[in-house]
Amino acid sequence: MTAISRHGPWALVGALGAAALAVVATNRGESVNALWIVVAAVSVYLIAYRYYSLYIAGRVMKLDPDRATPAQRHNDGLDYVPTDKYVLFGHHFAAIAGAGPLVGPVLAAQMGYLPGLLWILAGVVLAGAVQDFMVLFVSMRRDGRSLGELIRAELGTIPGVIALFGAFLIMVIILAVLSLIVVKALAESPWGTFTVMATIPIALLMGVYSRWIRPGKIGEVSILGFVLLMLAIILGQNVAENPTLAAMFTFTGTQLCWMLIGYGFVASILPVWLLLAPRDYLSTFLKIGTIVGLALGILVLAPHLQMPAVTKFVDGTGPVWSGSLFPFLFITIACGAVSGFHSLISSGTTPKLIDNEVNARFIGYGGMLMESFVAVMALVAASVIDPGVYFTMNSPAAVVGTTPESAAAAVTAMGFAITPDTIAQTAADVGEHSIISRAGGAPTLAVGMAHIISNVIGGKTMMAFWYHFAILFEALFILTAVDAGTRAGRFMLQDLIGVAVPAFKDTASWGPSIIATGICVAAWGFFLYQGVTDPLGGVNTLWPLFGISNQMLAAIALTLCTVVIFKMKRERYAWITVVPTVWLIACTMTAGLLKVFSADPRVGFLAHADRYAAALAENRVLAPAKNLDQMRQIVFNDRIDAVLALMFVAVVVAIVVFGVMACLKAYRADRWTALEADARAVPVPAE
Amino acid sequence: MASAETLRERWKTLARCVCDGARLMVGQGNYDAYADHIRRTHPDREPMTPTEFFRERQNARFGVGGRGGFRCC
Repeated sequence: MTAISRHGPWALVGALGAAALAVVATNRGESVNALWIVVAAVSVYLIAYRYYSLYIAGRVMKLDPDRATPAQRHNDGLDYVPTDKYVLFGHHFAAIAGAGPLVGPVLAAQMGYLPGLLWILAGVVLAGAVQDFMVLFVSMRRDGRSLGELIRAELGTIPGVIALFGAFLIMVIILAVLSLIVVKALAESPWGTFTVMATIPIALLMGVYSRWIRPGKIGEVSILGFVLLMLAIILGQNVAENPTLAAMFTFTGTQLCWMLIGYGFVASILPVWLLLAPRDYLSTFLKIGTIVGLALGILVLAPHLQMPAVTKFVDGTGPVWSGSLFPFLFITIACGAVSGFHSLISSGTTPKLIDNEVNARFIGYGGMLMESFVAVMALVAASVIDPGVYFTMNSPAAVVGTTPESAAAAVTAMGFAITPDTIAQTAADVGEHSIISRAGGAPTLAVGMAHIISNVIGGKTMMAFWYHFAILFEALFILTAVDAGTRAGRFMLQDLIGVAVPAFKDTASWGPSIIATGICVAAWGFFLYQGVTDPLGGVNTLWPLFGISNQMLAAIALTLCTVVIFKMKRERYAWITVVPTVWLIACTMTAGLLKVFSADPRVGFLAHADRYAAALAENRVLAPAKNLDQMRQIVFNDRIDAVLALMFVAVVVAIVVFGVMACLKAYRADRWTALEADARAVPVPAE
Repeated sequence: MASAETLRERWKTLARCVCDGARLMVGQGNYDAYADHIRRTHPDREPMTPTEFFRERQNARFGVGGRGGFRCC
């Protein structure tokens, strides 16, 4: 009886989820309502949280409510503070949710919504949430130390350095790919460019306000900033409609690329209170608000999915990104299924704020489920728009040309019928000159969101507003990430160079700061420029590199967790982290090696380089290059990308070798060898 | 049926939780908790003022002084 009353309701949730998944997966020919996807996803999350995360918490971690957390042992009112679990959940979620879960699923939609959905659900339950939860646990038991320190302590100094080097490479790629998304969204768009540029004076004003006029009044200053932002969007329309003003704010991709590089350099040297902190308020609150708004929009509107469940592009011939379903789907959707970046957050501020060990389950596992839901909503938003529009927006200009006529012909030939009128009308609806070849996810998501939200609030007349709202919101938090990421990269570099030249470590002096910032900006700027000038759209090249590097970091983090499980002598349960690690290694190694060595020039960097090098030797110019210099540039870029992909593969191999050695050593040991912090019980608070 | 008094109390708790949550999302902890903590555990020290606390937290979030703040994705 008790078993029925305890598990009965969960069995119903499971049955509901299974039924919803069956509807989504078996429906052919007619469109599926997005609510089925939402029901399927939420049921899977609930069951996974109730049973699997509890299993991990009880068997592997043996979370102990009476054990002191870092916040209790080191309470200083600042970095270490016991924090209410709901408040901390919000903090953790805001830190892990960003552009990743919004962009990856949009790109993955070229294979239809079903492959992406299944990977998001399976990935988060068995890999992503497990990683976040386990790393949080490992860090929490070790005074909230960072991933690099944890790897150094549990695996050794050399793997620690290798992992940090890998993390720096990820930073470079992530900044390049995020900036590329902004460039793709703003190129030739005076409305978008004006509103995004307006955020700079708005943020400066907010910075001055919260520095001198009303320090600490975050709510006030954020409302002020929000109102000004909305005015900027409305004003942007007037700018776009006025020929003189529109010309002032119309830039090519290359111009925007240089502006972003300059911005990144200046913004990361300015004091944080002036630009970064106020922009952080806007981007964080807007992000949370938009996610909630999108969820409500989907629930209220209950849109039907236009995209087929599975498209013919599962064979790897898709225009958005090349490569077959395995392994490339699994690196295209990283955040939302499993994201290595989260291991840096789970070993960052969050473990220092937990008030009770048992809450790590809600925050670590639960937080990642929430992020996964954001990815599912992005997938829905990309699938509710006309597939013809989707492929028009996401195919490179080399495939669909630059006019509505050429794009309509090319996309119709792919099997997704669309007329030039529809393309022109969609562009007009969202207030843009053109929607052709706006790869990168953000514009597609913006059209999807505008479609959903405008059907709830404002109708067709508000569609252009919502489109630019969505573009602004993504650009805003990407620019915040560019600024914060360049700073973090600069500190890493100053540390690295400081090993040889101690004076370089001084982060307060100008010379080293400017040099390190310059190197960091040059590194991501190189890949950004390469992506912007890439005739195949850039996303084609950079997104797989980002996905590989992100999954590589996840494999490293899960290897660390496996080693810790062995050291705790709980190797019976090691499959919990070993299974996702093996899967991620299989994906990153296959994808990495294919990107380097595949004989198909659309996939393999070296094959692509060889094709251009061969033509170059005969002084022939291959489209889309226009002269021999561009040809040389393409060959050079390809080879750099190949080296980078090989480095990622090498980092994974090295860490896994060290990990296996550490596991064997721990297995042979006759006792517990993990290095946890002091396990004394919760201290009685001094009254 | 909860009385109007307890409902108001609950509403206040919820509002404080949402407010604390929103502030912590941008790296600002609770000042009162900090000041209480310092007064209780270090009676010899004077806690920072709210403005000093605000600036200290802002710098800590973005790694001013060399400790990098990782975020995003």
